[in-house]
Amino acid sequence: MKFSLSWLKDYLDTNASVEEISNTLTKIGLEVEEVIDNASALQGFIVGEIKSVEKHPNADKLNLLSVWTGKEALQIVCGAPNCRVGMKSVLALPGVMIPKYGEKLEKGVIRGIESCGMMCAEDELCLGSDHTGIIDLKTDAQAGTPFVDVLKPDIVFDVNVTPNRGDCFGVNGIARDLAAAGLGTLKKTDAAPVEGSFDSPISVTTQTSDCPLFTIRYIKGVRNGESPDWLKKKLVSVGLRPISALVDITNYFNIGEDHPLHVFDADKLTGNLTVRSAKDGEMLDALDEKVYTLRENMVVVADEKGPQSIAGIMGGTPTGVDENTVNVVLEAAYFNPMSIATTARQLNAESDSKMRFERGVDIATTIQANHNATQMILDLCGGQASKMVVAGSVSQEKRIIDFDFNRVQKLTGMEIAHEKMVEILTILGFGVNGSQITVPSWRMNDIFGSADLVEEIARIYGYDNLPTLFMRASEPITGILLPDQRKEVAVRRALADAGLCQAITWSFMDSRLAKLFNSKGIKITNPIASDLDEMRPSLVPNLLSAVARNTSRGTPDCQIFEVGPEFFGSKPEQQHTVACAVRSGQTGPRAWNETPREVDLFDAKADAYAALASVDAPVQSLQVYRNAPSWYHPGRSGTLCLGKTVLANFGEIHPAVLKAFDIKGKVVACEVFLDNLPPTKTKNKNKALHISSLMPLTRDFAFIMDKQTEVAKLVNAIRGVDKELIADVRLFDVYEGDKCPAGKKSVALEIVIQPKDKTLIDEEIESLSRRIIGIAGKVVGAELRS
Amino acid sequence: MDNIENLTSEILGQIEKALDLNTLEEIRVSALGKKGRLTEQMKTLGSMDPEERKTAGQALNVAKDKIAGAIDEKKIALEKAEMDKRLASETVDVSMPVRPKQQGRIHPVSQVMEEVLTIFAQMGFDLAEGPDIEDDWHCFEALNFPKNHPARQMQATFFMGEDNVLRTHTSPVQIRTMENKKPPIRIVAPGRTYRCDYDMTHTPMFHQIEGLVIDKSTNMGHLKGCLLEFMKKFFETDDVSLRFRPSFFPFTEPSAECDVGCSRENGEFKIESGKGWIELLGCGMVHPNVLKNCGLDPDEYQGFAFGCGLDRFAMLKYGIPDLRSFFDADMRWMKHYGFLPLDIPTVTSGLSFNAGVKK
Repeated sequence: MKFSLSWLKDYLDTNASVEEISNTLTKIGLEVEEVIDNASALQGFIVGEIKSVEKHPNADKLNLLSVWTGKEALQIVCGAPNCRVGMKSVLALPGVMIPKYGEKLEKGVIRGIESCGMMCAEDELCLGSDHTGIIDLKTDAQAGTPFVDVLKPDIVFDVNVTPNRGDCFGVNGIARDLAAAGLGTLKKTDAAPVEGSFDSPISVTTQTSDCPLFTIRYIKGVRNGESPDWLKKKLVSVGLRPISALVDITNYFNIGEDHPLHVFDADKLTGNLTVRSAKDGEMLDALDEKVYTLRENMVVVADEKGPQSIAGIMGGTPTGVDENTVNVVLEAAYFNPMSIATTARQLNAESDSKMRFERGVDIATTIQANHNATQMILDLCGGQASKMVVAGSVSQEKRIIDFDFNRVQKLTGMEIAHEKMVEILTILGFGVNGSQITVPSWRMNDIFGSADLVEEIARIYGYDNLPTLFMRASEPITGILLPDQRKEVAVRRALADAGLCQAITWSFMDSRLAKLFNSKGIKITNPIASDLDEMRPSLVPNLLSAVARNTSRGTPDCQIFEVGPEFFGSKPEQQHTVACAVRSGQTGPRAWNETPREVDLFDAKADAYAALASVDAPVQSLQVYRNAPSWYHPGRSGTLCLGKTVLANFGEIHPAVLKAFDIKGKVVACEVFLDNLPPTKTKNKNKALHISSLMPLTRDFAFIMDKQTEVAKLVNAIRGVDKELIADVRLFDVYEGDKCPAGKKSVALEIVIQPKDKTLIDEEIESLSRRIIGIAGKVVGAELRS
Repeated sequence: MDNIENLTSEILGQIEKALDLNTLEEIRVSALGKKGRLTEQMKTLGSMDPEERKTAGQALNVAKDKIAGAIDEKKIALEKAEMDKRLASETVDVSMPVRPKQQGRIHPVSQVMEEVLTIFAQMGFDLAEGPDIEDDWHCFEALNFPKNHPARQMQATFFMGEDNVLRTHTSPVQIRTMENKKPPIRIVAPGRTYRCDYDMTHTPMFHQIEGLVIDKSTNMGHLKGCLLEFMKKFFETDDVSLRFRPSFFPFTEPSAECDVGCSRENGEFKIESGKGWIELLGCGMVHPNVLKNCGLDPDEYQGFAFGCGLDRFAMLKYGIPDLRSFFDADMRWMKHYGFLPLDIPTVTSGLSFNAGVKK
């Protein structure tokens, strides 16, 4: 909301400085976004009078001016077509900052002729958009007078009005708040009621509850010329373009008093007006040069031919006023905010009027607004006013809040004198009768109960006066995270410790790519981009996109993880928390002391184990299955399961998937499903550790077995041979080359034997070896390699 | 006797000149071995008369000890010289790099989230969470946003069909908490939030943290004290000033925006008082309608709520310029702005590594 200082002073009697006003506005909740002071930017510009105009000898379109500064005549080169002798314009001398360019003017040589200054156009001073010629100052001021003394620019405040404060979309509302804050007194500006001398030839009825009050006035014999300077200047100061006196008057009350008005050219209307619901498919050729197709829920103002305006939002072109308008119908009405908001959203229509009606204007002063605007039309355009025609009525509803003034202290901690609180409410327009507080008509959309009154008093009294009360835990803190919350923290740290960088990527993705990841089709109705239109069914795709991006930026070797949600439905809580890690390219850079290799699925499997171990999952009891989902390489992937529950997927990403992401090299990934982890053990205690004083010994075995048989089966079988003695079984070589029989592989194991009570004798070791070989043969058909 | 002295000095001379351990061993054998020259001399003692034997024996023992001592000494010296020579030959160019190791990193948002939790834990707050997809009730209705109210337009909402939305703020967690727990309540709720907005300073997904305190007496003074302590601890400076400005949120009444004092000199942002303000968060006393919607009597219970952008806190504290880069997963960015895995903020070790350093 923009308003100028002089406009404010129409409603507020104040001596406060611009700085005081600005600071106070922000303090009471009308945050000042900008104070625009054109005067300071225009310091240094002076009035210059053109004494002679000659053609530039070297350029057809340039003139050579002699400009009188009050002290001397300067030679200035100027291209403006409107230069003439005797004209006064705005002169910039070398060294002056030109607002449009943000640069200081320098003496220049233009086409071989020295130019000692510049005559300015409106746009160069940021006073408007006109660049057709230099400013023609129709002024009596002498050459040399500072330009700001001629222009007398206004200070403009731009405040951010919160949606609850519809009343502050009028300068009078802002003035009232400032008066309550002690910055002056509110002026009475209402015109005396205009009785009118004849009955309006046009009547109006309202047929919808969305328009409880609709008033019109017929004014005949007006002249709709240009507005007077004071009015044009006010509108220009807040960025509005003056159009004609009638239109400017409606804009004046819109901004000045938060009363959107409308004027119809009475001679373009057919018959009487009706405020009614639109019929489906009715059209309106509107003033914003768009044609709107209306629907049944929308309110229109119609004459006998059809809709002539979208009520409260936009007038129609066919009945608009112009310079030939003689008879005019003025409309001052009230529309239901919800109806206005809905209609405007459906039509995608914006207007200053809509912006105010949808926040709620003051229905109680609508009739007075009609009087005020009528009086100004009579003053500026002449003519004769009819009696006012009123359809509907002002609701007599009053809201009275039974208010316990102690609530202010209870909710804010501020001790404020009772008289002060009463004073604040009174100036804001509340009726105060003991504890009975009557809400003013212009705050009916905002003030409903005690808490609202507490805010009114507190904000005007000032939040700077809030006490500072410290909060501490009532007892020492030993940890606030629940087990599930702790798991996320631990997994993040563990994966970072495994050399991966944590990323945070969008929760949504491209639905076309989601198809590759068991997409559940969880679409966003209004996505921000067509490639961010579905909730991700897995964390893998966004990390693959990250790999592709990094690769294109010259980093093909990625180690990235994310911990976050994946979605399986579009309802609340249809999401799982997953940790996902991807690695691509080589395991590291080339180095003199280490040879990198291509990443493989065992890197991903290691990441899965690292994540699971960090959250105390039973990693020793996990089974490995070959049932990873379709985005993994079918032969190079697996799952880690506890019973039937999948705790993690791991493996190489399927080459067809990589192709869809335009990734050339190999990528491996793991997904760890944190929600699937078994509950954390309640006991902290470990089993007692018995350390044997006897030396462990190792024996190597090489078995020949079927290629298809999983090594884990063999290892697990051997572990089971003697759980007391066999401390570890380590796979240290696998060979599938020519020296193996077809379809077979050679598997080399180092078995660690840990005697418990006594040193083993040779026969005992022999016996254990025989059992190991026996089990290997029995369980997986492995034979000892000869 | 002259004989022994001459012999001794001759052998000592040889020892002195020995260049390696082998030569030294030869000298030892030739002097003290079974057939060594001194050993031979010892053998002549038996043929001497007692007086003479005593004198000669003593002299021989002295000579033996002297020589053995010299050999030991020389041996140590030669061994050292030999090792020095070997070590010199083993010299490596220590300027060469170590084996490459992939250094993982923690994202600044996660780091800052842990920092924030560490601070609020000490003020007695628990951690609460809620889903990313929310229903209209939790995201708007219960928070006192009437349907079609212009306040909803402040929030560019992503819709998930007719009934659900991607939460536009973490405030729904307030509702979920109050629906499930009786006061007193003190929670903070961090998480992902979504708005249909994408430009220099907005991303369609970002992070917020919500705070909620409900009991029978907590007022705006406590809100001020709580936020002041939080800012001091988070920004790790005592020079913090806060400014509360009246504002509007449907779910708080009275409502406020909280600004913190800061300076921006030579492009460097710093939290300090008296040089300007930056808007940090929105807050207020929980609206009576919100309490009622959660089954709490507003005449009995009251409290405050606040919500702020975690990404922004990370940007301000750690000087990270571009919000959009937070979600780009650029390896170079993560390695530069990320935190080491064991740089864990705790009550005992503090928040950031340079926290204890005098500025």
